[in-house]
Amino acid sequence: MDVKTGLFYFFSAVLLFAAFRVITARNPVYSALYLVLAFFQAAAIWILLRAEFLAIALVLVYVGAVMVLFLFVVMMLDINVDSLRQGFWKHFPLAAGVGVLIVLEMAAVLMGGFRISEEPKAVAVLGQSVAQVSNTKELGILIYTQYIYPLEIAAVILLVAIIAAIALTLRQRKDSKHIDPSVQVRVRSKDRMEVVKMPATQSFAARDAAMPAEAIAGTEKQP
Amino acid sequence: MTLTLGHFLSLGAMLFALSIIGIFLNRKNLIVLLMAIELMLLAVNMNFVAFSHYLGDMHGQVFVFFILTVAAAESAIGLAILVLLFRNKSSINVDELNTLKG
Repeated sequence: MDVKTGLFYFFSAVLLFAAFRVITARNPVYSALYLVLAFFQAAAIWILLRAEFLAIALVLVYVGAVMVLFLFVVMMLDINVDSLRQGFWKHFPLAAGVGVLIVLEMAAVLMGGFRISEEPKAVAVLGQSVAQVSNTKELGILIYTQYIYPLEIAAVILLVAIIAAIALTLRQRKDSKHIDPSVQVRVRSKDRMEVVKMPATQSFAARDAAMPAEAIAGTEKQP
Repeated sequence: MTLTLGHFLSLGAMLFALSIIGIFLNRKNLIVLLMAIELMLLAVNMNFVAFSHYLGDMHGQVFVFFILTVAAAESAIGLAILVLLFRNKSSINVDELNTLKG
């Protein structure tokens, strides 16, 4: 039993423990943190499998972005944990039965049929000898030549995810004094100020109505 | 006893089974359901990477790359829907999501 095997068992044990705590932790914040631990262990196992680029991508993308998003959301929501935990253990026997069944069946098939243990030959990409090319370079060569259209589709999927996440959660607050800039630009001066024609005072208007026209002219000529 | 492909595949199967148990147990808690789905995707990725290593084929790792992309998009949209749901219902209990009665 060499070092690699020992490391594999150690990382697997921690990974399974972390996964178990993810699904049974009482507080969702602890679940998210144990999921971070699980991702770290998975990245370590992938490094054992010589997939360095994906291991680092898992740590950066998942632990750095997705799990931080999870933690944001968990801490932002005011969740009543007790109501969510009702009947938590009621279905545990069924769940454990299904889980154990899956594990036993899969292990029986996998440990029997997949005893490939020889170290694989150097991966041949594009027909060239790539024994000295790093994993990242191999992956890059494949992605940017053979998988270029799937890569662009993946980019579009990420763009759609960005727009969808913003569009779903965007809202106008009712109590904000918000001004629409386009309406602001299109305004004219007559929208702002209106000149109203009206008689100077009410008393002059009443006197004009009461007195004849010559009398008004006479009074106005004599100061 | 050296490591075989079966070890890694069994690890992936155990991880997958654990996340299925998690979906059974946390039926009411939507956020832990999303986390269990992430664990499932991790198990699938583990299988892909193990096969890619032991069969000497890089295409498996390319698929893991794309699965990571799609999973990130999925969790972003899922969490956005979760926030929207909490804003409208003040709860993330799955039992209360019965507006669309069939």
